[in-house]
Amino acid sequence: MSEEQIKNLEAQFNARIERDEKIEPKDWMPEKYRKTHIRQMSQHAHSEIVGMLPEGNWITRAPSLRRKVALLAKVQDEAGHGLYLYSATETLGISREEMYEQLHTGKAKYSSIFNYPTLTWADMGAIGWLVDGAAIINQVPLCNTSYGPYARAMIRVCKEESFHQRQGFEIMMKLAKGTPEQKDLAQDALNRWWWPSLMMLGPKDEESIHTEQSMKWKLKRKSNDDLRQQFIDQTVPQADLIGLTIPDPELKWNKERGSYDFGPINWDEFWQVVKGYGPCNKERIKARVGAWKEGEWVRDAAMAYAEKQANKNFNKAV
Amino acid sequence: MKNNLYNYILGIADNSLILGQRLGQLCGHGPSLETDIACTNISLDLFGQVRSYFQYAAKIAGDQRTEDDIAMLRKERDYKNVLLVEQPNTNFAFTIGRQFLFDVYHLAFLTELQNSNDFTLSVIAKKCVKEVSYHLRFSSDWVKRLGNGTSVSKEKMQEAISDLWTYTDELFYQTNADKEMVFEGVGVDVTKLKNNYYSHINKILLEATLEIPESKWFQTGGKEGIHTEHLGYLLSDLQYMQRTYPNMEW
Repeated sequence: MSEEQIKNLEAQFNARIERDEKIEPKDWMPEKYRKTHIRQMSQHAHSEIVGMLPEGNWITRAPSLRRKVALLAKVQDEAGHGLYLYSATETLGISREEMYEQLHTGKAKYSSIFNYPTLTWADMGAIGWLVDGAAIINQVPLCNTSYGPYARAMIRVCKEESFHQRQGFEIMMKLAKGTPEQKDLAQDALNRWWWPSLMMLGPKDEESIHTEQSMKWKLKRKSNDDLRQQFIDQTVPQADLIGLTIPDPELKWNKERGSYDFGPINWDEFWQVVKGYGPCNKERIKARVGAWKEGEWVRDAAMAYAEKQANKNFNKAV
Repeated sequence: MKNNLYNYILGIADNSLILGQRLGQLCGHGPSLETDIACTNISLDLFGQVRSYFQYAAKIAGDQRTEDDIAMLRKERDYKNVLLVEQPNTNFAFTIGRQFLFDVYHLAFLTELQNSNDFTLSVIAKKCVKEVSYHLRFSSDWVKRLGNGTSVSKEKMQEAISDLWTYTDELFYQTNADKEMVFEGVGVDVTKLKNNYYSHINKILLEATLEIPESKWFQTGGKEGIHTEHLGYLLSDLQYMQRTYPNMEW
């Protein structure tokens, strides 16, 4: 294809996105669009799968049967999200095995928040309330993103995430209204998860390398800093409502801006965790690689069995 | 009658409780995303069943105890599950083998329990039968897949079935409460399920090209509260929050 033809195709492609048309797997797309989507969608899928680990850590110790059932269902939803997102990413010409390989070797990233440990039951509440809350803010705009399979997957993902967020808040509310010991658990969890949740919305705008192109492709609708402000403005009144204190002495309502001012974020910590040196980076990857390696004989058996069955059916037909 | 019914319900529920807890340990660590989801889903079904049983047991007890007290605040010797379901997740073949050997029994048991003259138990059984039919389909398919897969998977599946076989006979053991409940028309006479159980198991093992274990030596005791060493560790996780933070609502 000549350079001229490619330019024409790109112009048509950009015009389609402008008109809010969906791009489908078999449509022509620029290579950079494909690669960016593989990167972002697989990163999203990996985050769902790695995200199962810190919460999975409390399934066997949930304090009541009702909470245990809800937590199991939540972690199962996350596995389901991982499944649709891997499938949606496969439509861009990469296999799930290749994506796993990228995760296991550290080539692909996942949300850094999952590199923090879940130390008490209250962390299940904090993760649902704050982490899923921040995820929704990031993800709702993706329901209208330009790539069809991603947009459709996100509609379902967001519905479930919003349920998880309410469930997390409800756990926190119950603790905050409980005994002093329970309230301490809730406050301690908020103290530990607040700053990582703010960081989860991405580096500050001037350091975010992907924002501009992603805005054009509707992979992003608002900048990281805008999303972070939205998250803070939405969450602070919720903490007030249940009597918990946001661990930021500089947090203050700014009448003129109609938003909260907040204290400095420790970006050194953010980059430390992103670069692989957070409290649980090693354990998380070790758990994923371990499950994959230990499961190899099972997957081999399933393949061998499927082949034998196919041969049997073929021989019957002949 | 009330005490026997209470104990009878616990006997049924504890199997689901302990197996659900075992499967819950695997969440996020399965050999593939699909099997991970399936095992978590079975765990979720089992805990759903547990809630129905223990809510009913709490009503029968008629004191201050809640479903969570019954599930999480008994001592080791007061759990009445069969030994099979407390066996560890040694590897995927053991997980599947344990599930399969239990599911065949569980489905037959619930099918009969639907005819119980205790209305609540029959209603619970009707709901559970649908779920457990799916569990059995899942575990049988995997027994066949692993048995007929590769030489490695066959060896592991055979080892799991051979090792777990010793816990199968207990499924048909009757406690005094069981006998009483059968007499009252509430409970299922499990002794009558035994022949069909083994013929069903044998049929699937043959399809899986696995050998049917010949051992006639069996372990029992779980239904009377005499467990394997594995149970204590499982309970310490299950009970951790209720023991550390007593008398609180969650």
